[in-house]
Amino acid sequence: MTSWSAETFPTVLVEPPEPVRRGYDKAWWGMVVVIGTEGMIFMVLLAANFFLRATAKQWPPSGTELPELFQTSIFTAVLLGSSLPIFWVDWAIEKGHMRSVRIGLALSWLMGTAFLVHTILDFQALHFGWRDSSYGSVYYVIIGLHALHVIVGLLFSLLVQLKIALGRIDRDRHLTLTVFSLYWHFVDVVWIFVFSSLILSVHWR
Amino acid sequence: MTTLQEPEPVAPISEELVERAWKDAPGIPGFFTTVDHKRIGIRYIVTAFFFFFSAGVLALFMRAQLAQPNSHVLSAETYNEFFTMHGTSMIFLFNTPVLAGFGNYLLPLQLGSRDMAFPRLNAFSYWIFLLSGIFIYSSFFTGHLPNGGWFAYTPLTSTNFSPGINLDFWGLGVVFVGISTTVGAVNFIVTTFKMRAPGMTLNRLPIFVWSMLVFSFMVIFAVPAVTVAAGLLELDRIFGTQFFNPAHGGSTLLYQHLFWFWGHPEVYILFIPATGMISMIIPAFSRRALAGYLWIVTALVTIGFISFGVWVHHMFATGLPPLALSFFSAVSLLITVPSGVQFFAWIATMWKGKVRLTTPMLFAIGFLLIFLLGGITGVMVAVLPFDWQVTDSYFVVAHFHYVLNGAVVFPIFGAIYYWFPKMTGRMLDEHLGKISFWTMFIGFNVTFFPMHILGFLGMPRRVYTYSGDVGWNSLNMIVSLASVVFAAGTLLTLWNVWRSYRGGALAGADPWGADSLEWATTSPPPDNNFDATPVVASRHPLWDQRPLPVARSGPDDATHALGLEGAASRTAALTGGMRAEPGATFPIPEETVLPLVLALGIAAFFVGLLVKVVLVGAVGVAIGVIGLLAWAWKTGEEPS
Repeated sequence: MTSWSAETFPTVLVEPPEPVRRGYDKAWWGMVVVIGTEGMIFMVLLAANFFLRATAKQWPPSGTELPELFQTSIFTAVLLGSSLPIFWVDWAIEKGHMRSVRIGLALSWLMGTAFLVHTILDFQALHFGWRDSSYGSVYYVIIGLHALHVIVGLLFSLLVQLKIALGRIDRDRHLTLTVFSLYWHFVDVVWIFVFSSLILSVHWR
Repeated sequence: MTTLQEPEPVAPISEELVERAWKDAPGIPGFFTTVDHKRIGIRYIVTAFFFFFSAGVLALFMRAQLAQPNSHVLSAETYNEFFTMHGTSMIFLFNTPVLAGFGNYLLPLQLGSRDMAFPRLNAFSYWIFLLSGIFIYSSFFTGHLPNGGWFAYTPLTSTNFSPGINLDFWGLGVVFVGISTTVGAVNFIVTTFKMRAPGMTLNRLPIFVWSMLVFSFMVIFAVPAVTVAAGLLELDRIFGTQFFNPAHGGSTLLYQHLFWFWGHPEVYILFIPATGMISMIIPAFSRRALAGYLWIVTALVTIGFISFGVWVHHMFATGLPPLALSFFSAVSLLITVPSGVQFFAWIATMWKGKVRLTTPMLFAIGFLLIFLLGGITGVMVAVLPFDWQVTDSYFVVAHFHYVLNGAVVFPIFGAIYYWFPKMTGRMLDEHLGKISFWTMFIGFNVTFFPMHILGFLGMPRRVYTYSGDVGWNSLNMIVSLASVVFAAGTLLTLWNVWRSYRGGALAGADPWGADSLEWATTSPPPDNNFDATPVVASRHPLWDQRPLPVARSGPDDATHALGLEGAASRTAALTGGMRAEPGATFPIPEETVLPLVLALGIAAFFVGLLVKVVLVGAVGVAIGVIGLLAWAWKTGEEPS
């Protein structure tokens, strides 16, 4: 059994197995796993938020002015709505309607940018800082981290749009677009949890 | 399906074509740009072992200090710094990366693939590991070593009690090295699902691949917790947030929850690949298939799941409600069941086989004995009343060194003796290997067994000295002397590697007569791993499929890369589904400097946070963003 001198293992050529057209590219799966670990980061942060809330006498601490609700709700709708053009883009690229793809991406990018601008203005309008209480720390860190993800998504979107403008993405070759759309949906879904945990739930007591 | 045809000679592939497609650039440029998983894997292992020996030196200093009462080898402050760096090096910079390194080297070979799913990402994860290691170790040159223990509990680690940048090296470094671990895990998962040789169903994966898969899923869900723990700690320290400051609504207990939500899965993250190595070594030297393959796989997955539900057993003494304590105590006891299943499967394999006592096998058997003891003490500390008696004593130190040093480092040494011939084409010296094993085994047990007794005698952990009238003197002296023996045993292996690398006996492709695919190719494997991709029809292809069927290149896009043409054109087949049918071809990326640039950008960002210079951090972010965009730009558009 032991072959101390054999240089290679004996082999024999056979016909390759039948190919099967299936599923997604490895890059898509890679993004799924990345989203898994990123989602876990947000889950752990939100768990920390609820842990601090459970141990506090009052949440947010007395004297903290609550974050603004009405405008943020509107922009929440804008951000979640920015997923709709992406669904449309996903459908259009399969059909090869490049004009729809371009319009959909631009629309979703504008909606995402509007949300980001609102977040920045909201931070400036807040009456508490991250040093004032653990609620302030949680608020700034989690919403700031989400905003960071929005920024990455917007840059990613620009890159995809540039690739389309240069004709590098078409009906048959659009991996970057598929991976981007997955990421963008993730950023939107995370916001539902962040918004309800940090803003909605402190207003509805 | 066994082939009955006569082996027809595989037409030799033109050396020149392969050279042109696969050879890295020579010298320095090639060193910084390579994406070959074999080079990266070996680099991982070598770098990790640097940290292993450095952590060992720190431990020897600690033992020198503790050998006698009231000694002054190290000051209290230096002792704290050394034991912090010892733990940090062993967990973050040795154990986790060395297993990732073996995974990197072996996974594509065991799956019959030509590289990982994301070769450039693979290079990136190595550079991040190296730079984060340099980042943490640069504290030696500033003279401000982290000194809050490898767990860095608050409030000790808040700026009130730990001013200066000592702890920032730790906190930022942990977040930094976590990037590497996570990226590696993404790579392992996708590689396992999309790069298997045709016919390699999940039911035929080598156990080591299974263990790396479980490792990766655990990393994906556990590492975020330590990233958040260390990240929030640094936000508290650098930006003045109030997460862990009770005066402003923070909670010190929150830090422990976050830390151990990673910390406990982490010990299994280390232990599972180690058992995966054992499950490869034992069948190879018992000359029979592993007993209870499905039981072992189920046990690995079960351990992975259960390990997420036991983190509070590190916090039994923090005053939590009794119901929570009972629950976590019960789950901690439960985890012994799958571990026991694995143990009996290994014993059954040896029982029914014909055991050859080679050096890797000795390390495997040594592992079994040590793991048995570590497991038993683990059951003991899972029991609440017992834990309250021994918590924060040397009994706990003994327990986790039995499981983390004995049950993880011993398999890693066995793996070195087992796979070194594959990596270098030369055998390690068996005689020297056996001496090294016995030195390590005896040194290990005499070092760590008396610590159980010291714990019973009340010696607390994390003390830099003790008075001479409490009855710990002779045991501490024995422990310190034995630690030198253990260290000598590891050095013998190092010397063995050094000697054999230059002049060991030639190994040939399959020196052990093992069953998995990495032994089908030459030692060391060519840059393209396999000229033609093996077609798998068994769990033990090299035992059941002699000669090994390898695929021709098919006419269509999906099967084109399977045969010799794939080796000549630097492509690999993407497979999928239960039976791993070929689905597409993917061109393996050319060597590139991008991963290094991106890693340097991230490093600059962390250095900026460390020295609190906005410009440095901003430059880092800019380099990082540009690097990422360039990367996404270069990503080829595959049909999706």
